[in-house]
Order: sequence, then C-alpha cells, then structure tokens
Amino acid sequence: MAYSFNIPYSKNKLRLMRKFVTDVLHEHHVSDIETNMMVLAVDEVCANIIIHGQPSNLEDNVKITIKVDQDRVCFEIVDQGAAFDILKYSEPIIGDLIKMKQKGGVGIMLVKKIMDEIEFQSGPKQNILRLCKNVEFEK
Amino acid sequence: MLDILQSSENNYISITVTGDADASSSIKLDKAIRWAFDESLQKIIIDCTHLNYISSAGLGVFMSYIEEINQTNTTFIIYGLSEKVLKVFGILGLDQLLKIVGTKEEALAQINGI
Repeated sequence: MAYSFNIPYSKNKLRLMRKFVTDVLHEHHVSDIETNMMVLAVDEVCANIIIHGQPSNLEDNVKITIKVDQDRVCFEIVDQGAAFDILKYSEPIIGDLIKMKQKGGVGIMLVKKIMDEIEFQSGPKQNILRLCKNVEFEK
Repeated sequence: MLDILQSSENNYISITVTGDADASSSIKLDKAIRWAFDESLQKIIIDCTHLNYISSAGLGVFMSYIEEINQTNTTFIIYGLSEKVLKVFGILGLDQLLKIVGTKEEALAQINGI
C-alpha cells in the first residue's frame, strides 16, 4: 500500500504532515511508540529541508510517499532544493553540544538512530531520500 | 501548536507545556525556560503531562540548559512525560542527563528535599 502527501515549504505545516504519517501508520496497526519514532524521523528530515534547502520555486512542495510492506515501512521524501546528503553528515558529539549550550544539531542523529535503512540520491532536478524501518505490526 | 503556562510559586517556578514542541514552536519553550532561570529561584518544574510530541528542536532546548542547570545548581525537574515522548528523550540518552520523574508530587518532593 502506498500513500502520498505534499508539504509546502513552511515549518507551520509540519504538524499536518505528522498527522498524515500518524494516521497511515495507525491504520496499519503500528504501535504508538513506533509510530511516534517514525513520525519524528520524517519530521526531522522535512524540517531540515524546509529550513536549509531553499527551493528555486517557492511553490514547490516536499513530497512524502509511504509504502507499507509485510514487515517494514518505507518513506520516500522528494524535494527540489539544495541537496543535503544526511549519510555524509558527520554527527556532533552530544557532550560538546551541551557544553556549548547548542539548541540544535541532533535531528539527523535521531533519524539515523531510528531508521534501519537510509538511501540518498541527488539528481539535477530533485533529491530523493529513502528511509525504511522494520516494524512488527500489532494485530 | 504549543501552549505554555508559566507560574511563579512560593519557592519554585512551574512551566506547563501542552501540545507539540517542534521546529516551529520550540522557541516558545525556550523563552519560558529562559524566564524561569532569570527568576533565579533555582527550582524549576516542567509539567509535560500534555506534551504530545517533541522533535529535536524541543530536545535541543532542554539540552541547551543542562550546563546552566549544573553551573547554577538549579533543581530542574521534568514530570508527566508519556511513554512515547520519554522514549524520544531516551534515543540520545537525555533521560540520563536531565532529572525526569513521573508525577508532580515526586517533582515537588525533590524540590522540597523530602
């Protein structure tokens, strides 16, 4: 089963995307805790794209597709902004961020800890990030 | 949406957080905690009973005060986290670096040194 949702480049719209992802996962009987984890990972990626990946056309959207398989859930997040390969991003050390009283910098770390598979492709027109997580569906 | 209620009690500051602390709203949480530290009572409790969601932006706010909590010897206690939100604090081990308890009674017992 596949589901799609377009999110405008606005931080205020992130909650609509979260509701969409939550509704899809609940429909497939994914537990509250697992659902929240995946919502968080997708939220972090989208927030990053919205904040840092300025698109050339402000009417562009970030497109999210969710595919639910037998034992896993995959998300495809497509955007047209500046490419940001989270796999090449070197993560900061938590202790350093705390000492420097930093308020940001842990989003990508969360995504990597939550998801089981991450793939990134960047082309001339768009960037595609695929995130998959192995899931046990509740009956 | 994030709603914040701030109150100054006899010997402590209380902040109630309701809704989603995400990339767009966490600045409100930051302002409230900044205010609480500036009151200099050195005792702050954060009611997260109705905190539905937290992203890295919200976690980052709490994280950025850990140093100040230690430097100013402030008793800073978070309580009422739902299981799913507590799990998010646990991903990066922040549940070990911040004082988190279950209920307001437990938080106040610590504030009052019981």
